[in-house]
Amino acid sequence: MKVYADHAATTPMSETALRTVAEAMRRLYGNPSSLHSVGQAAAAALMGARETMARYLHASPREIIFTSGGSEADNQAILSAAMLGEKKGKKHIVSTAFEHHAVLHTLNRLEKQGFEVTLLDVHTDGLVRPEEVAAAIRPDTALVTVMYANNEIGTVQPIAEIGAVCRQRGVLFHTDAVQAAGRLPIDVEAEQIDMLSLSAHKFHGPKGVGVLFARQGIRLSNLIEGGAQERGRRAGTENLPAILGMAAAFEEACLHMAENAARVSALRDRLIEGLSAIPHGVLNGDRARRLPGIVNFCFEGIEGESLLLLLDQRGISASSGSACTSGSLDPSHVLLALGLPHEVAHGSLRLSLSETNTAEETDYMLSAVPEVVAYLRQMSPVWHDLQEGKRHYVIQ
Amino acid sequence: MLYSEQVMDHFLHPRNVGTMDDADGVGEVGNARCGDIMKIYLKIENGIIVDCKFNTFGCGSAIATSSMATEMIKGKPVEEAMELSNRAVVEALGGLPAHKLHCSVLAEEAVKAAIKDYYDKNGITYNPKLFCSCECDSCHLHQSPQ
Repeated sequence: MKVYADHAATTPMSETALRTVAEAMRRLYGNPSSLHSVGQAAAAALMGARETMARYLHASPREIIFTSGGSEADNQAILSAAMLGEKKGKKHIVSTAFEHHAVLHTLNRLEKQGFEVTLLDVHTDGLVRPEEVAAAIRPDTALVTVMYANNEIGTVQPIAEIGAVCRQRGVLFHTDAVQAAGRLPIDVEAEQIDMLSLSAHKFHGPKGVGVLFARQGIRLSNLIEGGAQERGRRAGTENLPAILGMAAAFEEACLHMAENAARVSALRDRLIEGLSAIPHGVLNGDRARRLPGIVNFCFEGIEGESLLLLLDQRGISASSGSACTSGSLDPSHVLLALGLPHEVAHGSLRLSLSETNTAEETDYMLSAVPEVVAYLRQMSPVWHDLQEGKRHYVIQ
Repeated sequence: MLYSEQVMDHFLHPRNVGTMDDADGVGEVGNARCGDIMKIYLKIENGIIVDCKFNTFGCGSAIATSSMATEMIKGKPVEEAMELSNRAVVEALGGLPAHKLHCSVLAEEAVKAAIKDYYDKNGITYNPKLFCSCECDSCHLHQSPQ
């Protein structure tokens, strides 16, 4: 059986999105900036997509900028807020220890330019505390940026509460909603969000396209200079087929959100229950406040990459936060931010589901994972030391 | 394809996995913090490695290099096993991605650590420099006499 359980990394395109993209490539080839009717047909379609994205975010179309994806949106949001703050002498930014690298590395760049960054603790449950956000805000804070839901462990942050704190203190609030968009209902107005990033390929849309939402009145700084596209804030002829595919996928996801979430959550819970039976393993992140589809476990005594390779052999596509998979010497900064020791963080497994997965697939994963964990443990010197009492278990 | 066919073969069908209660030499290198630990057990008779086993905590490369290293030293005289180089292990595996080469270094060190243990247990004298794997600037074994 082939099971794709890495939807947090990317998702296959839905039939609707595929058809929309292909149709657009075939028929809507005009440049939306052209005056002739071929161009204007494209412009009309572009406007339609903008209205769709805005509608499901409870925003206004003029607040939607199309980008090449989540990373670009994160970069533009953060750098814009930084520039706005700098003009008023505000060079402090509040964020969290487990943001995506698109956020963290942008913050690193700002630090080199003299900004001060406070990274909030995410505790052992992977949740930011709104009162800690409030306590971290200073008179010179230019921006608070907190991800809507974490991509590795799936925990959902108290975004509306944080939005309220920021609005009350007069600080711009950005959220990287790449993992949440299309999976959880987002209302930028009710949740008092000032800027938001999302990416189509996480909700069955095409890769290479995303949205930056910026509340009216927030003056964005350009990453890309050139023509007047996107109200002069993001130059370049629009990738119309991808944008239309994104809008179609987003609408589809939002219309079916409740039923999808229910189905996927049930599969997720079944997975969590089954994997919890493996001794000396732990679910990472709060049990309740989580996305419908993400499950992240650490299994003591083994390493993540070998776990993934063996699962891949059995037809299961998953991911991990081990150093070997991150390409650096340290395991995932997200798992370390939870307070997990390195040796335990190396033994992590992330399974992420979508509405395309089935109960049968879940059961298959539940038969394969314990087998692979046991196999790797019997050849692990760390596991033998744990069993012989030469080393103490971290996970009971 | 991340790994060569030979690497995948040694990863999926590792040779010599196991432990030994009565090993003549045991070497353990690496640390769990870094995500790689290799433990090699040697059974030596008349100066020949008649059997060897390994246990590894680590990625695909780590397991594959341990497996290949034990295959390469099995049946060999101890002195020959001392000459096992990480390059030879990598070559035998048909190459490793650049960022995984350190796993082969660990395999070489594990074999040597096991041999050193065998020498120490049996009071066999040896040149300590053979087992020095640290930075030579800071190692006391490399300091010139005052």
